Amino acid sequence: MASLRDIQSKINSTKKTKQITKAMQMVSASKLTRAEQNAKAFVPYSEKMQEVVSQIAASGDATHPMLQTRAVKKTGYLVITADRGLAGGYNNNVIREVYRTIQHQHASTDEYTVIAAGRFGRDFFKKNNLPIAKEIIGLPDQPDFADIKQIASEAVEMFLEEEIDELVLFYNHFNSAISQEVTSQKLLPLTDITPESGRSVQSMYEFEPDAEGILKVLLPQYAESLIYGALLDAKASEHAARMTAMRAATDNANERIDGLTLTFNRARQAAITQEISEIVGGAAALQS
Amino acid sequence: MSTVTTSIVTPDGPVLEADYEMVSCTAENGELGILPGHIPLVAPLKVSSVRLQIQGRTDYVAVSGGFLEVRPDRITILAQTAESAADIDVDRAEQAKNRAEKRLQDKQANLDQIRAEQALNRAINRLDVASHSR
Repeated sequence: MASLRDIQSKINSTKKTKQITKAMQMVSASKLTRAEQNAKAFVPYSEKMQEVVSQIAASGDATHPMLQTRAVKKTGYLVITADRGLAGGYNNNVIREVYRTIQHQHASTDEYTVIAAGRFGRDFFKKNNLPIAKEIIGLPDQPDFADIKQIASEAVEMFLEEEIDELVLFYNHFNSAISQEVTSQKLLPLTDITPESGRSVQSMYEFEPDAEGILKVLLPQYAESLIYGALLDAKASEHAARMTAMRAATDNANERIDGLTLTFNRARQAAITQEISEIVGGAAALQS
Repeated sequence: MSTVTTSIVTPDGPVLEADYEMVSCTAENGELGILPGHIPLVAPLKVSSVRLQIQGRTDYVAVSGGFLEVRPDRITILAQTAESAADIDVDRAEQAKNRAEKRLQDKQANLDQIRAEQALNRAINRLDVASHSR
């Protein structure tokens, strides 16, 4: 059996670990609140954007390359992961899903390219020699639109210049604080723009200069905003995942401390009992 | 005088929501002045200032990457960035302007050139708008 001092030091180190995991849990909890607020602040913009875009697209006569499906020669995967670990399965789930999709869909590396947002994703793809077209790391915990603007518009540009023929987003969708799921979303071409029924005829717009000219400006902005929305969603998931992972770690530490304390007490009692029996034994030896 | 509810919305949240008598802005092909009761209209905006008038006072907002959606009772400006005159950090805008100017002088690759020009435009626009707050 381990000595008393060994057990004591194990208890102490577990307690210290627990302090850290607990602190990280609380930090993530507050970041999650902020991330949820950010996501909420984004809703008016995205809703309005969706409304206007769908109305223009529904008016019918305007076309734009971003609305048209073309033969897919090359697929772009935009993968959003975190820069740091300690978030349970957060990063691995996304990466595994992307990797599986790629293995399943493509025979050669000419058929796809990866746009990596987040260090974990980038490192994985680099290590496995998958083609990375663009990368961005060091995104802040509470990203502004300006932080993602460049890579978003570059991704959209790649589509417009026919470097890629479709763009698929992979990220963790935030269901709730305890549940996030990997989501893949086909971003480009924009095929699922349909106005919600009931309010489509409400307003017919005048276009200045014309519908086509507006789509040209609007659609890239719309796609960029969708990417930003996905990023906000992914960030909320990241903080939630980290919070859950750290709570589990804290719980485990507690359990371990309890177990160790029990062992410690047993060992202490055994030592005392042994001491007593030695004394008693010694006294008995003297008397006889 | 009648007013129209105007809101300016960005991905980072709403910037402004209030009633105004007239909204003027610079669209891709020229100046637009919108009064209450305008027919529904959509127009992309240049990197420019939006002027909102109410009771003899004019509020200025710098916008970039935006467009204007008008309904008879409501004007919405959706922009990638929007800052009202008082919120603009003049020092930062000044720095951004200098940076962009320097990059323009370097004459590097084509794409960077366009980006620098856009950045310069935005910085000048913000400085311009900020000058109205003093």
